[in-house]
Amino acid sequence: MKQLTSVIATGLALSLSLGAQAGTLEDVQKRGTVSCGVGTGLAGFSQKDENGVWSGLDVDVCRAVAAAVLGDASKVQYKPLTAKERFTALQSGEIDILSRNTTWTHTRDTSLGLNFAGVNYYDGQGFMVSKALGVKSALELDGAAVCIQAGTTTELNLADYFRTNGITYNAITFDTSDQTRAGFESGRCDVLTSDQSQLYALRIGLSDPSSAIVLPEVISKEPLGPVVSQGDDAWFNVVRWSLMAMIEAEFLGIDSASADKAKAEGNPSQKRLMGSEGDAGAKMGIPADWAYNIVKQVGNYAESFERNVGSGSSLKIARGLNAQWNKGGIMYSSPVR
Amino acid sequence: MSEKPQVKSSPSFFNNPRNRSLIYQFLLLAGLAYFFYGIINNTLVNMEARGIKSGYDFLFTTAGFDILMSLIPYDATYTYGRTFVVGLLNTILVSTIGIVLATIVGFLMGVAHFSKNWLIRKLAVAYIETFRNIPLLLQIFFWYFAVLATLPGARQSLSIGEAIFLNVRGLYLPGLIAEPGAGFVYAAIGLAFTAIIFLVRWARKRQNDTGQQFPVFLTSLGILVGLPLVALLLSGIPFVWDFPALKGFNFRGGITIIPELMALVLALTVYTGAFIAEAVRAGVQAVPHGQTEAARSLGLKESKIMKLIIVPQAMRVIVPLLNSEYQSLVKNSTLATAIGYPDLFTVFVGTTLNQTGQAIEIVFMTMAVYFVINMSISFVMNRFNASVELAERN
Repeated sequence: MKQLTSVIATGLALSLSLGAQAGTLEDVQKRGTVSCGVGTGLAGFSQKDENGVWSGLDVDVCRAVAAAVLGDASKVQYKPLTAKERFTALQSGEIDILSRNTTWTHTRDTSLGLNFAGVNYYDGQGFMVSKALGVKSALELDGAAVCIQAGTTTELNLADYFRTNGITYNAITFDTSDQTRAGFESGRCDVLTSDQSQLYALRIGLSDPSSAIVLPEVISKEPLGPVVSQGDDAWFNVVRWSLMAMIEAEFLGIDSASADKAKAEGNPSQKRLMGSEGDAGAKMGIPADWAYNIVKQVGNYAESFERNVGSGSSLKIARGLNAQWNKGGIMYSSPVR
Repeated sequence: MSEKPQVKSSPSFFNNPRNRSLIYQFLLLAGLAYFFYGIINNTLVNMEARGIKSGYDFLFTTAGFDILMSLIPYDATYTYGRTFVVGLLNTILVSTIGIVLATIVGFLMGVAHFSKNWLIRKLAVAYIETFRNIPLLLQIFFWYFAVLATLPGARQSLSIGEAIFLNVRGLYLPGLIAEPGAGFVYAAIGLAFTAIIFLVRWARKRQNDTGQQFPVFLTSLGILVGLPLVALLLSGIPFVWDFPALKGFNFRGGITIIPELMALVLALTVYTGAFIAEAVRAGVQAVPHGQTEAARSLGLKESKIMKLIIVPQAMRVIVPLLNSEYQSLVKNSTLATAIGYPDLFTVFVGTTLNQTGQAIEIVFMTMAVYFVINMSISFVMNRFNASVELAERN
């Protein structure tokens, strides 16, 4: 009977221990690091330099959250993920945030148990072809072989676009963007399709960037942004507002150089964001100087953009849609008050 | 517990060893069932709580993406369920080709290991030792990126007589298009195979009865070539060649063998072939040398010794080893995902999983498929093994 009791006890213990799920914010504060899923290496968005330091527009979202919650932008544990692995990593709780060129779509938002916390880059899908082909428009691509990254919205848009226009093609899918580039360079495919921002990054990675051109067509809307697990609103708020703070700081004219001044002697909006007035941080359960730390250590959205993908980088992407709403773009943050 | 003294002298129900073991086994089973129920229930509850969709409804919704290679009609308008079948067929294709070629390479190399020619012997050893000791993934990358990716582009294709083309996009072969009357030829081929089976049986029986031999191989070859040829001529050659031709960006027409398939087949064949060669070597060495000497003293030719004495005995050692090599090959074919060959793993666990997000259902289905494929291989090989086993006297 003693054995029987122990068997039942073990069974009960096992079945009970499988359920518990704590809040991500408390977990992160206890652990002292933010676990962040990023790309496997895409210039401007998530890349690792020779010293092992990560940088990029997507990486900056991770750093902003770490700065807001832990007061130190460097306390991030990066998990490089392929497009195929990313959602499973988030669903299983392996990462706290997924910040990896992820398009906000209805299916992903409603059926994967995920929430999109905002948009940090408005993108659209385009085509890159070899200059030697002499192609001027995507409509001339009948019968072409197309390299794509597996598990992306790109695969679906491509099928839609070619079907709509009655064009045939061969889809060659690879796991990582580096492999699609290798396929394009070896001549396995005529066309490489991806989000436009990635095309510029991949083009720079070619052995002769001038041999390829990006076609003018943009065939889809690709709002890219950070993703968190559904059902953890406290954490969702922190991530959403960390991103908002970067955009709001740019709107309010605060950058990393002027953060101290804005905190001490700025106008009321600036002071509220920097935490010297109001209790924006306390409402989210994080320090009062959360946004100050973000701007001071990571920079505002404009700084992050120019440093990683804009004029300060090798990609030289124009702000375009990603400019502030009052400067011709659609980047807009809700007010901090 | 009650304090009453036992009335009956027969052993109590619980002290009967048979009852006891039954009770313990039942309890263990119930515990296991409860354990799995707990896991599954927990998963479902947690998925529900996190708003993750579950169930198999997705199999009937439109997939919306294309697949590079399909043995059955498929485009983006078909369902996710269809992507499963497309992937499965591609897996079966690459596994079947791989198993056949690896067996041929393995047997040739395994036998070459015993060659009297120094060069052939050393080449076989070098092949086995090299390819057995390099990780398979590396070999796949080698064939794909180092060998096939360096082939010329579509417009500078290597060609044989403007009919066969080889370039970085693949191997293009002329195809045959059947016209009315082709059924006659297919029937002739079927008839030829049936005839050969009967011929083999008859020849074996005759040899057992009378000791007379019949040139089975040459006759079979004659039937296999002759019958369809006669049918072909009688029906007025109901086939036309479909030659691949460069149109626009790529070759169209004929049969296309994509480089992903070539690289995967090459890697699987060469890798598994090396292991099979070792199995063959082990099998041959397991036959005592006395058998060969006894056969020679009976006056058998060397080729007959191999065929009649060595191989049947060696098969007893080789077949169980082959079984596990074949199973490994099927499992290893999932490495296709590294180079984008659209097998079950790439298509279903890759793209379909990612587009639907239903990881548990999809991974479960895929595991079940590999389990069934490998159990089938095991079943066939066990039957084969039983046929070559030593028939012991009862």
